[in-house]
Amino acid sequence: MIRTAKLVARKDLRIELRSRVLAWQVLPFGVMALLLCGLALGPNAAGRSHAGPGLFYIVVTLMALLMINRSQAIESNKGTKASVATLGLDPAGVFLGKAAALTLEMWFASGVLLVGTVLFLHVDRAKTLVATPSIAVTIAALSLAGTLYGALTSSQNSTVTLLPILALPAFAPLLIAGERSYSAEVYGGGSQVWWSLLLIALVAYTSIGVLLYGVMEES
Amino acid sequence: MRASVHLLDAVVVANGFPLISGTTLTIEQGTVNVIKGANGAGKTSLLQLIGGLLPLSNGEGNVAGIDLSRNDRREVRRHVGWLGHEGSFYEDLTVRENLTFACEALSINPELIRSALERVELNHRIDTRAKDLSAGQRRRVGIAWLLLRRPEIWLLDEPYASVDSAGREFLENIIGDAAKAGATVILSSHDDLKLGKQKFRTITMAGGRVMSGS
Repeated sequence: MIRTAKLVARKDLRIELRSRVLAWQVLPFGVMALLLCGLALGPNAAGRSHAGPGLFYIVVTLMALLMINRSQAIESNKGTKASVATLGLDPAGVFLGKAAALTLEMWFASGVLLVGTVLFLHVDRAKTLVATPSIAVTIAALSLAGTLYGALTSSQNSTVTLLPILALPAFAPLLIAGERSYSAEVYGGGSQVWWSLLLIALVAYTSIGVLLYGVMEES
Repeated sequence: MRASVHLLDAVVVANGFPLISGTTLTIEQGTVNVIKGANGAGKTSLLQLIGGLLPLSNGEGNVAGIDLSRNDRREVRRHVGWLGHEGSFYEDLTVRENLTFACEALSINPELIRSALERVELNHRIDTRAKDLSAGQRRRVGIAWLLLRRPEIWLLDEPYASVDSAGREFLENIIGDAAKAGATVILSSHDDLKLGKQKFRTITMAGGRVMSGS
């Protein structure tokens, strides 16, 4: 399983490095969205700063939906699908590999967005650094859930429409926990409950994916 | 001779539509078989059923000794190699990277890639991205993939589509060699085929059924 996961993650990351969809399409969109959010909030620096964590996660969600679609589109060519199916890869390994690649891509994108929240939304730089671990865990949980829902909708004709409809309710608790823990690190307050929720989600989505990804692929 | 494929009244239904409707067919090991029929006759669906890529909805089926009704399609797939007409690779990876991925997945020594590509006369394109290859070259990379893998059953979906006469001759030789080595070759075509000196059986399909050659 781990060998397959490494193989699939390496392949997905290599394809991303070649195609540069994240760098040239998704990331510029995310940065523009964050900039527009800042402009929409007006010149009040304190107001922008307080809205920063929430706006960060809104943009992360939009980018994640694009990247999940991209991650599944890599496998969507019928001929490729058939050829790869005959390789007999362990589905649990495929799930972990795709989720790992998506997590790394989203971590990179989030890093750039965090610079944006400091520059455009005036969120405190040092406190943003403190919040980084909770953001990393939230992104990993979103990537795991996204990989699951991406596989669920990839065989449908209207994947682009279905994915947000199905995935957003699952993302909602993760986004709330992520935003609350980020806000708690920046503006004070307890974040332990949110941390616990994020860690439970991480374990739950990993377990569900490992157990059910094969069934989803087959169906 | 052992039967590689045996289907008895096999039915495949997808999205409420019967793709294969009551097919009985036996294919022996080490033979070359051409499934002929018009577009929509069920050729690709039959190949997909044999390859474990579509589930058997009704009837009986046995491929490489594995019972298809047990619904263990993953096990069937380990015994087959697939060459589709759409291209069977990750478009943004090079020929070398695509073949290395397959080798690592199957625990095959990647050093064999060079010799497989030499066989299909494509060594000079080893570092070209799959999307930059012509249709004929893609087909050759697909064959290199099969040569590396040496599956028991070769499933070739319209392998002669958009291939020139030199390419056809090359493909005939490869198919002949695979059959000689004991592999079962099943290919689909909507044209009448002449496979040179290679002996083959023609199976004619229409409306999801085998009409002759079963």
